[in-house]
Formats: sequence, C-alpha cells, structure tokens
Amino acid sequence: MREAVLAVTSNPLQRIPGVAIMLLLLVAVFGAVAPGFMSEVNIANVLVQSTLLLMLSLPMTLIIMTEGLDLSMGAVLTLTSLMVAIVSVATGSMLLGFAAAVAVGLIFGVANGCLVAALGIPPFVATLGTLGMAQGLALIVSDGQSVVGIPHSVSEIYSAAPFGIPVPIVLAILAYLLFHGLLYRTRFGAYVFALGGNREALTYAGLSPTRLLISVYALGGAMAGIAGLLMTARMNAGHPTAGLGLEFDAIAAVAVGGTSFERGNGWLGGTALGVLAVGVLRNGLNLLALPSSIQVASIGALVIIALFLDGFRSRS
Amino acid sequence: MTDITKQAFAPARAFMSDDLLQVFYRLAAALLICLALAILSDSFLNLGNILNVLRQASLLFFIASGLTLVVLTAGLDLSVGANVALSACLAGTVIHQTGSPALGVLAALATGGIIGLLNGLMVTALRIPSFIATYGMLWVLNGLTYWYMAGEIIHGFPAAFRQIGSGYLFGLPIPVYLLLIFLSIGTIFAQRTIWGQEIYAIGANPVAARLSGIPLSRRLLLVYAVSGTMAGLASIIFLARLNSAEADIGESLTLPAIAAVLIGGTSLFGGVGTVFGTFVGALILTLVLNGMNLLSVNASWQPLVTGVIVILAVWLDIKARRRGE
Repeated sequence: MREAVLAVTSNPLQRIPGVAIMLLLLVAVFGAVAPGFMSEVNIANVLVQSTLLLMLSLPMTLIIMTEGLDLSMGAVLTLTSLMVAIVSVATGSMLLGFAAAVAVGLIFGVANGCLVAALGIPPFVATLGTLGMAQGLALIVSDGQSVVGIPHSVSEIYSAAPFGIPVPIVLAILAYLLFHGLLYRTRFGAYVFALGGNREALTYAGLSPTRLLISVYALGGAMAGIAGLLMTARMNAGHPTAGLGLEFDAIAAVAVGGTSFERGNGWLGGTALGVLAVGVLRNGLNLLALPSSIQVASIGALVIIALFLDGFRSRS
Repeated sequence: MTDITKQAFAPARAFMSDDLLQVFYRLAAALLICLALAILSDSFLNLGNILNVLRQASLLFFIASGLTLVVLTAGLDLSVGANVALSACLAGTVIHQTGSPALGVLAALATGGIIGLLNGLMVTALRIPSFIATYGMLWVLNGLTYWYMAGEIIHGFPAAFRQIGSGYLFGLPIPVYLLLIFLSIGTIFAQRTIWGQEIYAIGANPVAARLSGIPLSRRLLLVYAVSGTMAGLASIIFLARLNSAEADIGESLTLPAIAAVLIGGTSLFGGVGTVFGTFVGALILTLVLNGMNLLSVNASWQPLVTGVIVILAVWLDIKARRRGE
C-alpha cells in the first residue's frame, strides 16, 4: 500500500487524471487547427450541446459501476423524445409531455433492471433486447414520421437563458450535483459502489442487491426521459431515429472518464470531463467539416484507447 | 468398468444426447410454427414463399454461424451487422472498378476477416471485454462505411454474380446450397475437430482450458476471425441478392443474428450449443418474421418482436441451467 502511494507521488504526472490530459490535448489540437474553435460562441455551443450527453452519462456511470451496461439508452431516449413531442402536440402542455417521457423512461429502466437483476440475464444482452423493443415502439408510435408543430413552451426549454445562463446548462449542473450527492453522500451511493466491487457483502448486510440494481437501471430510464425533453426541445421536433447510438457516446464518456468496466470503480468528475472530451471531439471534427460518420469512428477509437489505458494501468 | 469411470463417462454421454434433444425440440417448434402459419395464412404454403423463407434463413445463418463459435467461447460479436455493411460496400466498389466478381468476393472475405482479427486482438491482447470491444468496433465500422459511401448507392452487378444471391439450381435457391455446405463445415469443425472441441472447452471453463494446454489467445483469435469472415461471406450474398450496396444494409442484422444463435440453444455463458441449432434458430426467427409479414403486421413490429425473443431465449437458457444445477 505504501509503495503504491509512493509510486503515485513520485511522478506528479500520474496524479493528473488521464481524462483531463485527453481533454486538454483535444482542446489544444482543435484550438490550433479548427477555425473558430476557441471563439466564445463555439465554446458556449459545446457546453450546451454536451448537456444532453451528460444527462445520459451520469446514470450510465452508475450502471457501469455495477458491472452492468445499458445499450438501450439511445433507443429509449428516442422513444421518450417522441413521447414529449406527441403528448405536447396533442395536449399543448409541456409538463404532460415531460411526465409521459419520464414515465416511459422509468418503465424501460425498471424493465432493464428486472431483466438483469431478477432474471439474471447478462446486461448487454438484456438491454440489447430492450433496445430492439424501444426502437420498434418508436417506429410504431411515430409511424416512421417526424412529429412537428411542437408547442413553444417545449422548444423554449432549450433556447431560454434566464440571467444569461441557458436552461440546459442549469439542468445539467443540477443533475450533476444530484448524482454527486447521491453517489458520494448517501448510503445508496455506498451500495452502488458495493454492487460492483463486493456484491456478497450487501447480501450479508441484509440488503437486496436485486432491488438496488433495479433502482440503478430505473435511474437511467428516468434520466433518458429528462434527456428526451431536452432533445425534443433542441430539434423542435420528434424524430423516430433521433437518439439512436447516443448510448455509445455515453458509454464512451464514461470509459474515457476512467470508470472501470470490471472492478466497480467509478468517478463522476471523470465522466463529466469525458462528456466534454466527446463533445469537443465531435465539435472540432465538425468545424473541420468532417462528416458525423468520422466523428462516430473517432469516438470508437477514443473508447478503445481509453479501455486499453485502463487495462494497462490496472495491470502495471 | 468401475463406478468412478462410469461417473466420469456418464456426463459426457448425457451431454451429447441432451444436445440432440434440444435441437429436436427446436425443430418441433419450427414445425408447429409452420403448421400455425399454414392454417392462418393461405399464402404460406406457396412454393415461392417457402423458398423465400429458406433463402432468408440462409442469409441469417451465414452471419449467425460464425457468431455461434464466438458465443460458444462465452464471448459476443456485436459488430457483425456493421461488418456486413462495410464488406458489402467495399466488395461492390471492387466489382464495379475491376469488373471481376471473384476479386469482389476476395475483398469482402478479406475485409470481414481483418475486422474479425482486430476484434480478436482487442479481446485477447488488450483484454477488453468482448461485448465492449465489438460494440466499439460496430460504431467505428458504421462511421467508416457512411463516410466511404457518402450517401451513394452502388447499383447493378454482373448477372453471373447476382446468381449467387438470387439464382436457382434444380429448383432450389443457390444460397440454400451454400447453407448446406457451410452447415456441414461448421458442424464438422465444431463437433469433430480438436480445435472445435477446444472452443467448447474454453467456453465451458477458460481456466481449466488454459491449464490443460489449450492456446487460449490463438483459439479466440481464430473464433473472432471466423465470425468476421462469415460476415464477409454474408455480405457477398446480400450484395448479389439486393443488386446494390448501401451504407445502411447491416443495421438491422445484428439483433436477428444474435437471436438466431440464442434461439438455437447456444448459451451466452459459453460451452453449450451447436451450429445446427443456430440453423434451426435462424429458421424459427425467419418463420416468425415471415408469418408477421403474411399476416400483414407492420414491419415496425419486427425489432420489437426480435428483442422480446432474444430476452425470452436467454431467460429460458438461464432457467434450464438452474434446473441442471
């Protein structure tokens, strides 16, 4: 133990988290090569656009900490975003649309949790199955068409900026603080750490890992509901494929942020930096006029590098 | 024979007959679905429809057969659909540029194989969990394919080449013959070769497999390379069938391929399953989707139903395992 501490303190570079170095490198590279990257407007743009991803990445961190995964998040987000659109168009009420989205997200989250925890289905397959279901439902409820004519009260969520701070940023900060408190300041958070690191201890302590796991996945579903509101507000429409694949950005942000897939170690601050790294990467490549397909491929490469470093560091 | 040797041999014999029994149940299920569809729909027993089901099932089988080997080692390859798309687009370009279908086939097999090898390297050398590594690969391939195609469609291939996907021989679609060939090769490889048996051993108990001298990394590399190559092969048949290559052709293939493997009785936890079971799994899934089509259920329901089937299949597997214990 003492040796480990000495090894860390002897090299100051190792005290800086890898994700911070990665983020700084990305900012430096794009600052140098991408026109307009460093402008105030663009930086604000990156921050606002990253809020949606943060909403997904925060619960994804908790899920991955339990040695789980939620591949359905992007498809569930698509479905909740459609719920916001359809319900708010039908009733004219933003709140009803929002409630419907959170409800649908919760149902999927609880379903994921039950499949994983109660039935013992490996998370990546269980959530791949629910991905198919959510994607199918998104096509069915929208009939494959975009939903337009969104009430002003919904799109305002994305564009309004009371006191000069955009609403999405406010929501993101609130969500981050909530998750930070939940993970590091409550008993529930300690249990989440135990779910990944030492599940048996929970059983011996008389707690039900099943119920805890279900709540962790349910949290993911609920956050997909909140993100659905942001997404519909941003696009000013509901689209049957809008969120597909976003779970990959979230998994990438968590992996880049240093949360381990195998040992129950998680770090929310790392996830937030990881979200920014993914956002900067997408934005920078966008400014260089590279298509979104290249952005996706680069994020894939970023994940593999991060996982490689994770495995490398844990072995050395 | 002493009691101890009897005990040692009994599980092995029970295991084989159990395997056959599992396949038999699934064939019976496929027949039941056929019966139900024949009653519910007038057009099911039409020769054209049955040949169509066989052809679709063959296409699904090519992707799922390589995947079966991966799942037998307790791994997963989520990149097969994206692999099909990239291989098909590259092969389509090669055929258009050179006019030679043979070079196109070679390009597809090479692309698929290289992608599989990269997956295998990530799993063995970098020790990334297979579902994450291949999921990352999915998005890398997806990105590359869309970038490469830039919204274009490669259309129109030589008639001889198209025969691979849409031609007939003695009244049966050509993919069905390919299916029989690869079903035999796959079954013999898995059941009758040492490498095949080693793959089962790795899935059943990787530690024991390593201790008994099986070169784990090399066998895993092989399994992922085979899965990739089979996706490359499937891309050729898709190309020949559709007569066009587009970036999105692989998007709806991964979930059905995994479903076929799991319905076929291959366990996600490794070591249990057969290539023939996967063929029956592909047949069952194709029959269900075909039946929905004949009963004019909206195609939007297909991913939903496939998702439910995947979860049901894994759940049944888990229940059977618990009963076994």
